Amino acid sequence: MKVWHFSEMAYHPAWEELGASLRNTIPSSVYDPKVGADLYHRYLDEWALCDELGINIMVNEHHTTATCATSVCTIPMAILARETKKVRLLCLGMPIANRMDAVRVAEEYAMLDVISRGRLEMGFVKGAPFEVWPANSNPATLMERFWEAHDLILKALTTHDGPFNWEGKHFHYRQVNVWPRPYQFPHPPIWMTVMSPGSAAEAGSRGYSIASLNTGYLRTPEIFEGYRKAATDAGREAPTERFGYLAIVGVGDTDEEGKRRADQILDYSRTTPRAASQFWFPPGYTSNEITAQMLHNRGPNMIPLRNGGQFEMQFGTVDEFIDAGVAFAGTPDTVFEQIKEFHQHVGGLGQLLMMAQGGHISHDDTVSNLRLFSKEVLPRLSDL
Amino acid sequence: MKRISVAGIELDIDIRGNGPPMLYLHPEHYAHLHEPFINKLAEHWRVFVPRHPGFDGRWPPSQFQNVGDLSYLYLDLLDQIDLVEVTLLGASFGGWISLEMAVRNTTRLKSLELIAPLGVKLGDREKFDFADLSALPDDEVASALFSETFVDLGKFNETQLLGVAQDRQFLAYYGWKPHLHNPSLAYWLHRIDVPIRLIWGQNDGYVKSDYGLYLAERLRDAEFCAIPGAGHYPQIEKLDETISALLVAAGG
Repeated sequence: MKVWHFSEMAYHPAWEELGASLRNTIPSSVYDPKVGADLYHRYLDEWALCDELGINIMVNEHHTTATCATSVCTIPMAILARETKKVRLLCLGMPIANRMDAVRVAEEYAMLDVISRGRLEMGFVKGAPFEVWPANSNPATLMERFWEAHDLILKALTTHDGPFNWEGKHFHYRQVNVWPRPYQFPHPPIWMTVMSPGSAAEAGSRGYSIASLNTGYLRTPEIFEGYRKAATDAGREAPTERFGYLAIVGVGDTDEEGKRRADQILDYSRTTPRAASQFWFPPGYTSNEITAQMLHNRGPNMIPLRNGGQFEMQFGTVDEFIDAGVAFAGTPDTVFEQIKEFHQHVGGLGQLLMMAQGGHISHDDTVSNLRLFSKEVLPRLSDL
Repeated sequence: MKRISVAGIELDIDIRGNGPPMLYLHPEHYAHLHEPFINKLAEHWRVFVPRHPGFDGRWPPSQFQNVGDLSYLYLDLLDQIDLVEVTLLGASFGGWISLEMAVRNTTRLKSLELIAPLGVKLGDREKFDFADLSALPDDEVASALFSETFVDLGKFNETQLLGVAQDRQFLAYYGWKPHLHNPSLAYWLHRIDVPIRLIWGQNDGYVKSDYGLYLAERLRDAEFCAIPGAGHYPQIEKLDETISALLVAAGG
């Protein structure tokens, strides 16, 4: 199993003042750039440390939010491409249906791949529903644009004999001719985030790696199964290394310490539902059947427990998140056993996308979390 | 409701009543709440009510993408069923389509009746002419659309809720960016050479009646009729007053 460290570079100092909504319409007057600069440097230091610890690096991006101050995923990655020497670098990812210049995406990825000497992994993501507004991207045609961008970016990264033209439905270019060409051949590995068996199937039929995001103990097996079935139907292999899962991880010298760290990181999960209700369902972003259900009964975000119960995401305890398979926390032994159990339960987990930083956890605790994980858990995971 | 093929599109069309011909292009939201209005129209006109492609639950052809396409579809419809002296009535999104039709060809039209139409950008770049309902909470959407009526989505049945979701999706499909307007449309309004009546709910919070007055000034032969006590859909909130306004316009 390979492990990645992920952080959203949150601007948590504003969370309390902002109250019920942390997204889309929040004024940037609550953002202090001096505090923000310190935070950016802190988070980058934590990622840079991963190079020493043998933990790969994952960044993402969100827009207009205090939950994630990474507004362009390729910016931290550009810094880390130079600051690190060994680990793999995953942008998960680029919301390609919301980026109106697809060729620019290919250029950024190609340049990152060359600077890092071939350590880049490319994520193509649909993006969270809230992202539609900052990008002013038409949600009714989002997936159509996603797949056209996907086709165009891949063609741009793999065409080396001069320009081609592109006159599609959503993207128009006269001479696509990306310089530099990527370091890896034919292109860096591709990842997609998935939240359902349907989206996993899209990736499975193409042989891409998937990241199932906090989908928990109960939902993840069917998502992975959706991938395997689609891969088989397309005549592809579905090796374990294709299966990634994003979880919160807190390790400590005692179970109590590990749980305390996870609990602080879990403020990432608890803040996720804090968005004004109208930004959850852009028109056409989800199927109309699902939107119709939500119009009828828009309850709070719930997470299922193993015993058939459920809890509210915004207020879950660390023990509930552990039970749900969203967090792995405790001593290194406990955490290893939890990950191993999850790995067996889902039929093979090849990539652990570990949120070792998030929420209110301090820099010192994050560093201890990463170091202890690297020393005591990581070596055992390589055998899974 | 019958289904006919127009320009390669399967079009659901409701045809009711007797009298002079009217083509009614429906607005974006709450189709079932407009039923009483259509029934009233049918007392005075032979009214043709097509359901816009996409809003009917079927995905339009790939090249059918914007309100201009809708306008050609309905111009073709008028040719195909050979209607003349048509009263073209469009409400809100349907009003936008009607304007796009009228700047292209008024040959078959007798008059243009518009209830708070979208589509024409008149304000400056930092001002919405049409409120961005997608970014408003449900209660503010309701108060933008209605003056005195409380529309409770909780009371809608499954089919009606699915309709709401579909309607929102296809309003976005045709009008997400630029936001509910065609940047060129204002430039061609002078081409409309039939009498125009603008009917506006005085308490419209989606498209303010001040905007309506300004739009009336930009049109060649337009009358403006305000309906007190109504929001964006006077045809729902003030049905009789709306019908009376249309009859005055028709000389009836």
